[in-house]
Amino acid sequence: MAKRHTDPLGLHSALEDWMLPVLVAAMSFLAALAIAGALASTTLAAQWQNDTAAALTIQVPQPGAPDAANNATRLAAVQTALQTMPGVTNPQLLSADALNHLLAPWLGTDAASLGLPLPAVITATWSGPGAGDSIAAALNKLAPGTLAQTGTQWAARVTALTGSLQTCAAAVLVIVALVGGALVALATRAGLAQRRDTIETIHGLGALDADIASRFASRATILAVTGAAAGALLALPVLLWLAMLAAPFASPIPQPGLTSGLTNGLARSLASMPPALWTAMPCLPLAAAVIGWCSAQLTVRGWLRKLV
Amino acid sequence: MIRFDDVWLKYHHQERGPGALARDVLRGISFKIPDGGFRWLTGPSGAGKTSLLKLIYLAQHPTQGRIDIMGTHAAKISRRDAALLRRRIGVVYQDFRLLAHLSAYDNVALPMRLARRAEHQVHADVTEILRWVGLANRLGALPDELSGGEQQRVAIARAVVGRPKLLVADEPTGNLDDEQAGRLMTLITALNRLGTTVVVATHNHALVEAYPAPRLEMAEGRLTAHG
Repeated sequence: MAKRHTDPLGLHSALEDWMLPVLVAAMSFLAALAIAGALASTTLAAQWQNDTAAALTIQVPQPGAPDAANNATRLAAVQTALQTMPGVTNPQLLSADALNHLLAPWLGTDAASLGLPLPAVITATWSGPGAGDSIAAALNKLAPGTLAQTGTQWAARVTALTGSLQTCAAAVLVIVALVGGALVALATRAGLAQRRDTIETIHGLGALDADIASRFASRATILAVTGAAAGALLALPVLLWLAMLAAPFASPIPQPGLTSGLTNGLARSLASMPPALWTAMPCLPLAAAVIGWCSAQLTVRGWLRKLV
Repeated sequence: MIRFDDVWLKYHHQERGPGALARDVLRGISFKIPDGGFRWLTGPSGAGKTSLLKLIYLAQHPTQGRIDIMGTHAAKISRRDAALLRRRIGVVYQDFRLLAHLSAYDNVALPMRLARRAEHQVHADVTEILRWVGLANRLGALPDELSGGEQQRVAIARAVVGRPKLLVADEPTGNLDDEQAGRLMTLITALNRLGTTVVVATHNHALVEAYPAPRLEMAEGRLTAHG
């Protein structure tokens, strides 16, 4: 008996077998980078937001002068008030050396020698609501001219930046999906053109549009999934390398000695990658499958409409 | 039953732009063929025989007029129903239209597999019909490995393997010797006796005289004789 041939359209050798997976792999690679970028920016932004919004900086001008009640120096009055102020924890007076270091870019390495009236600077952690205006108001009663700043404004800017990055990533994903769908459609149209006579014949023998479309869609799906899986795998080393670069920004700097060696570096990179990325990466071939199937189905059914 | 009622057909000339029409290929064709009827379709080349057959096997819509095939108004059926109706029509194309990458066996099995028949039934029927047309030893041959006459016999086997209700053949004996043509006509008349409606287009006057049956005679797109 002759060997059974299950594919009358001969699609095992159709649809530009190597070209479609290669192009889909490239799309998948870009999609992986876009997803990783969006997730990483979200994670980093969340961390930065917490750090920045919680930072409270207080400047006390003329720190050695008497306070408003003339009971102590302005600096001592402010420090005492901060100890009991709700939402304020861990107030620390910046040392002269630390202050010099901060001002060095503008005033040189020895700001004190210039005789400028420098304020005392206190850093603290702020967990209260709002931008800390209430702190400044309270402290001004003790030491007029005292400034209190929280990182709320900076946190708002980080939020806006993160939103922009996520929008860009979403736009990239939409474009990648559209281009991927167009690639499948083009490859399918090429396959249809190559097999026009065959399709007309089996159409004449009573094949349903669904039969023909399903065969093309199945083949397109296999090729798209193969390409997308390859693209996602190729993106992994790149993502790990990017995670290594971003690791210092994503987690506290570890003790010297612990980061030496490739293994520790790799472990830190893996740990610093957003957990959602490990869910998103396997979704790329699934998304490619859906796009490939739908695009091929629509293309074939549209093409078949030309036949009676 | 096949019924044509004032059917006209024009082919679009794509190179002249959308909507551009050529001359009428078929002009005011009207006839009826009852279920189980047999008709020869004769006429000179270019008379419109192949166009008329295309309308019968639902490969073309008429420009004007009404066609009923097996009791179904051809212009009003869904694409799905049209496909299901085509499964009940066996067609022998003038150019055979065998699929080059399929063996003789698989080409003949194709209509049965499209109709999702059980594989053991496919095997029994395909083997039997290929034996009947004298190709029992050529089951695995690809079309390119077959002579013109063998390809034509495969095409005939594919058309009749599903025991169609309607058999349409366009010059089915063109590449066959007298003996094979005789075997083919025996097969077709046997199917006709079992109730299959048959329409055969041919230039072979000897064949028409050897198997007397009513004729649809065409010239320049018109039916010049019917009966």
